Amino acid sequence: MTGIETISGTPRNLARRKFVDKLMISLCVIAGIITILPLLYIFFFTTKSGLSSLNLDFFTQLPKPVGEEGGGMANAIVGSLILIGLGSIIGIPVGILAGIYVSEYSGSLTATLVKFTTDVLSGIPSIIIGIFAYGIIVLPMQRFSALAGGFALGILMIPTITKITEEMLRLVPQTLREASLALGVSRWKTTLFVVVKTASSGIITGILLAIARAAGETAPLLFTSFGNSFWQSSIDQPMAALPLQIFAYAISPYEDWHRQAWAGAFVLILLVFVVNLIVRYVTRNKFESSV
Amino acid sequence: MLHETSSNPLSDQQENPEDVSSIDIQDSEEHEKESKIAVQTECLSVFFNERPALKDINLKIRKNRVTAIIGPSGCGKSTFLRSLNLMHEMTPKSKVLGSIKIHGNDITESNAVDVRKNVGMVFQKPNPFPSMSIFENVVAGLRLNGNNKKSELEEIVERNLTHAGLWDEVKDRLKSPAVSLSGGQQQRLCIARTIAVNPEIILMDEPTSALDPISTAKIEELIYNFKDEYSIIIVTHNMQQAARVSDFTAFLYLGKLIEFSKTRRMFTNPRERLTEEYVTGKFG
Amino acid sequence: MIVALVFVVSYEMFVDSKQSRDMFGFGFIFSSNWNPVTEEFGALPFIFGTIVSSLLALILSLPVSIGVAVFLSEIAPKSVRTPFSFLIEILAAIPSIIYGFWGIFVFAPFMRATVQPFLQSTLGFLPFFQGVIYGTGLLTASFILAIMITPIISAITRDVLKAIPVSQREAAYALGATRWEAIKMALLNAKSGILGGAVLGLGRAIGETMAVTMVIGNKAQIKASLFEPAYSMASVIANEFAEASGSLHISSLIEVGLILFGVTFIINSLARLLIYSVTRKA
Ligand SMILES: Nc1ncnc2c1ncn2[C@@H]1O[C@H](COP(=O)(O)OP(=O)(O)OP(=O)(O)O)[C@@H](O)[C@H]1O
Ligand SMILES: [Mg+2]
Repeated sequence: MTGIETISGTPRNLARRKFVDKLMISLCVIAGIITILPLLYIFFFTTKSGLSSLNLDFFTQLPKPVGEEGGGMANAIVGSLILIGLGSIIGIPVGILAGIYVSEYSGSLTATLVKFTTDVLSGIPSIIIGIFAYGIIVLPMQRFSALAGGFALGILMIPTITKITEEMLRLVPQTLREASLALGVSRWKTTLFVVVKTASSGIITGILLAIARAAGETAPLLFTSFGNSFWQSSIDQPMAALPLQIFAYAISPYEDWHRQAWAGAFVLILLVFVVNLIVRYVTRNKFESSV
Repeated sequence: MLHETSSNPLSDQQENPEDVSSIDIQDSEEHEKESKIAVQTECLSVFFNERPALKDINLKIRKNRVTAIIGPSGCGKSTFLRSLNLMHEMTPKSKVLGSIKIHGNDITESNAVDVRKNVGMVFQKPNPFPSMSIFENVVAGLRLNGNNKKSELEEIVERNLTHAGLWDEVKDRLKSPAVSLSGGQQQRLCIARTIAVNPEIILMDEPTSALDPISTAKIEELIYNFKDEYSIIIVTHNMQQAARVSDFTAFLYLGKLIEFSKTRRMFTNPRERLTEEYVTGKFG
Repeated sequence: MIVALVFVVSYEMFVDSKQSRDMFGFGFIFSSNWNPVTEEFGALPFIFGTIVSSLLALILSLPVSIGVAVFLSEIAPKSVRTPFSFLIEILAAIPSIIYGFWGIFVFAPFMRATVQPFLQSTLGFLPFFQGVIYGTGLLTASFILAIMITPIISAITRDVLKAIPVSQREAAYALGATRWEAIKMALLNAKSGILGGAVLGLGRAIGETMAVTMVIGNKAQIKASLFEPAYSMASVIANEFAEASGSLHISSLIEVGLILFGVTFIINSLARLLIYSVTRKA
């Protein structure tokens, strides 16, 4: 006790330091609470406003013109599914391959470069990717299309998938790789059939996470997929998407549309929540053992 | 089966370097025909980040014998073992100098995949593939190299698990995940997995150090029985184990080979004082 | 392949904005006149709106984020930590359109009714807090952005704090430091990583589109008051791109995009380098 006091100076000084200590610690706790408040509020509000207008029609009906009651976002939901499907075709293979490359060939200059670029890419605003898709697909085709929207979503999915794939592969013990190599299995087969297979549940969570994120992306779809108030199943045509529809309805002046938009928002939040819950559950043990 | 001798770069080839520099030659009673040599290293040195971990190892390891590698921690035992199946290729900034001949063929220039089919390895900690069942683990090496005939694989699984002394314990649950086995069973599974690809040489890096005494005894028994078919090189920290299972022992110290002779001699009447101090527990 | 992608993106945008670059040159960045009808395009109001809203968001968010990170890594017991960090993750994962939606209907009215009148009555002598109260506007956008980037900055700060060895903290305690003093030392040691997190959050705020578009007011003007509506680079692209009439208009929007891309690219590279420098060492 005395030792500490000599180091810490006079008792009065000590009292002040203790006060500062208490104060700062409480401020940190308050910061935590402040951060959570908006989340709870958004959650609560979306659930309240969304749940009441959520019904079967929402999932099965086309949007109704202004003034008519009812209608739903069936075409937008299907549209989002198609767009995400298109995005996955690009995003999943590229993302996983890049993740494998970064993890299994780490140390090489290109791997470092790929890792860095992926990290930077994840910070590039999604609207920029929208412009890119516009320039590459919309301009040559001379019209908005689901293809362009899916392409943009695909690019946006890459960094998420790459990152999680890399992390999951790193958690696979080195001795498993060696065990497989020691059986005379080639490097790429080892990577694919032993390492990736062992990490597959983690990689799947990464894909889910990327899909959940892509499902809520709006900005890159504004001038690629554009939106559509009717059924549309061919991918070279403009296509509706849930977030686009929410946006259009949210900035409209009609009460009824707002309610529909809240229902859509609720669906999106629910998706995000469920996916994150799954991800937590699957990665729980792995992360804890790795820390 | 998996490796045909014709396509295998390691097929037996006679060679007769009358190597006098090799220490074991002095053990004249052990002077056997060159064809009985499984592994021969000449001036084998390994560097990590330019720092030497093994220096000029000259060693002749006999076929169908058990050779133990002993020495204090960090002396390069694992490094030596791993150079024999070219595992250092995986380590960035590592360098292997000198020659390693397996059945007369220098492997340092060969394709690592082919070498490893012939030189199996069992690791310190049991490491079955967690995503695979017991059955799949045994045939993993074969399957990943393209053998997929079901009937054949079933027969291989039974034969190798029997060989590894595990068949009776697991025959009713071949489909269950490999990680559901106990540590000792897992290690025997790993041994079954290793012998399923028909290697001629098996490297074992402290295969029992993570196991209980009973599992250890079972594995030692396996090693003893394997002698007819395989040449085994085993790293161990346990002097008694080396004495029990091996025919020859090599003592490494600070990356150098200090002594290599018959195990009996090594433990009763070593040539070097350093060896004597180590085996009698004065250091290490 | 991904590396190539980034190059292709920049090349594409560079080529597509040629018309506007030829037309306006560097004046594009300094002109505050944006009028699609007369085909005059200057990006200054958007650059202004983006910079002010993002910096303000960062200032609002940084102390809170550090507090949260400290709370998560040093104070909270494990039973609180796990659900809490889960909630923070969710906060980061909520689509920005929902933030925007919530911003228009809940947060902007709240700002109009409570926060902004309060600021005006207490700090109204400052030019920042004068003028008509709309609810939407720069300040509201900054608040929403702050909410959105807090999870990002705090997650990185937490990771960086975790990378500081425990022994350092124990040494501090052994010298009789209070808990906060030990934490302060850790924060000082982690400062370049925290800076990296902050810069990363700034990049996110600069590029954020939907939420900002919905609450910033969308008016291309430069005013001192934070209550006034403004416009950001991302929002103008979001609002006008699909309906842009002339090719010069599109080209100008793409040039805005190019600026946005360049800025976020540099900011993100910087942030990553800072973060790597801390987590590598550990
Ligand atoms: N991948 C590597 N990178 C750098 N140095 C290494 C590497 N592997 C081994 N070494 C070094 O080489 C030397 C020999 O290591 P080795 O693993 O062969 O020792 P060992 O005799 O097997 O020890 P133990 O009994 O503890 O297993 C050690 O000094 C070690 O630090
Ligand atoms: Mg070892």
